[in-house]
Amino acid sequence: MGDIAAIIHDYGVLLLVGQYPTGPLGGLALTFILAVLGLALAFPLSVILALARVSPFRLLYWPATALVYVMRGLPLIMLIFWVYFFLPVLLGRPVSGFSTLLATLVIYEAAYLAEIVRAGIESLPRGQMEAARSVGLTYMQAMRKVVLPQAIYNMIPAMLSQLVSTIKETSLGYVISVNELTFAANQINSTLLTKPFPVFVVLATIYFVLCFSLTQVARQLERRVARRRAGIAGATAAPLVVPDIAAIAE
Amino acid sequence: MQPLDFSILLQGDAPQMLAHGIALMLELTAVAWLIAMVLGTLLALVRMTRLRVAEVAVGAWVEYHQNVPMLVQIFLWYFGIATLLPTALQMWLNRHDGEFTFAVIAIGLATSAYMSEGLRGGIRSIPSSQIEAARALGLSYLQSFRHVVFPQAFRIALPTLVNHTVLLFKNTSLAMTIGVAEMMYATREIESRTFKTIEIYLLATVIYLGISLVIMAGGSFAERRLRVATR
Repeated sequence: MGDIAAIIHDYGVLLLVGQYPTGPLGGLALTFILAVLGLALAFPLSVILALARVSPFRLLYWPATALVYVMRGLPLIMLIFWVYFFLPVLLGRPVSGFSTLLATLVIYEAAYLAEIVRAGIESLPRGQMEAARSVGLTYMQAMRKVVLPQAIYNMIPAMLSQLVSTIKETSLGYVISVNELTFAANQINSTLLTKPFPVFVVLATIYFVLCFSLTQVARQLERRVARRRAGIAGATAAPLVVPDIAAIAE
Repeated sequence: MQPLDFSILLQGDAPQMLAHGIALMLELTAVAWLIAMVLGTLLALVRMTRLRVAEVAVGAWVEYHQNVPMLVQIFLWYFGIATLLPTALQMWLNRHDGEFTFAVIAIGLATSAYMSEGLRGGIRSIPSSQIEAARALGLSYLQSFRHVVFPQAFRIALPTLVNHTVLLFKNTSLAMTIGVAEMMYATREIESRTFKTIEIYLLATVIYLGISLVIMAGGSFAERRLRVATR
């Protein structure tokens, strides 16, 4: 226990924000920024992908489906190496580890989020779309004004779980030396040399506190959404069936 | 850009490294999956007893493994917990692929949490009257689990279990970070020797995708085979 207290005392700030404000931002702050930014940038892409996945046009359906399956079938680490190799070639200039990881997360998460949005669209009663069309809205108008707002509201808890997954995935930034939480802890470990167990216990605890809190919020929201869907506030309702793809253990 | 040249992958010890990597990857997947399924089933079974102690203990196990990145769990085992073992055991592990052992343990235990949650979801959807009926017929607690609850729960949980099998397979690539020479490690190694990045990455991508798709297809085949006509 003494070791753990000493590590938190000596390196707590480094683990939370890196060398900021005298140096670059790192640690938990960078982990969180990467995850939130990655998911936020992936969101618009995921809606487009989801619309293509429910579209009756094969020209839209097939490429989107292929992309989703490729992302679901590839380890994130493989994708990171692809982006690490290709992004500088594509842009014609060196790319930082941060941008590499962010770009990877956007592509990867877009595919997983798209499946969540699609499940949201498909879990709405068909009558919603039919009613919207019959009052004169076009397909896209009906999607934008009637179907998507409800689908996305219902899927907020699943998206929050996806944020937890993304936070855990940023730990892979370690392999391309992005100065996020796991990388910072490894640096501390190689500085101390003799205290690997306490260092990694501290590391695991930090992730746990953040991810567990967010998971609890997601569960709370899920209950609220389920109640609203049931239409009776306060009544116990069947939990919304969310596709299990949200749970990614990187 | 130069035309792709896959012939380099057939030269020197590249094919051998790759073959060894693929074998290790499959071995990691198989052993970790076995640990995850057996432990996951046991955890779900223990939780089903609804004893307070069991709920709390299994709940803590599940939450820890689901809310800490698997990479960190691997590091904790390999760098951390390894140092707490008796010296003789440490030496033995060093001589006998300690990296592989710790990677398999970390990946297997982490996935056991997801498997048990999947099974629990299945178990919860079985009406408790079924267990009561099974018990009333004279089956013991374990018998009613084995013959009545589990077969139905397993069928319901199957899509989740298949999903997590794919994830487990993908996650074996994390073992490269502690030096297990599985396929991702071999890929990186061959890349740094030959500089044929696109060729070797393409090959690895095709292999990963192929095996993932086979697992997914196997899952939906099993779902169809196990489907029972319902009224």
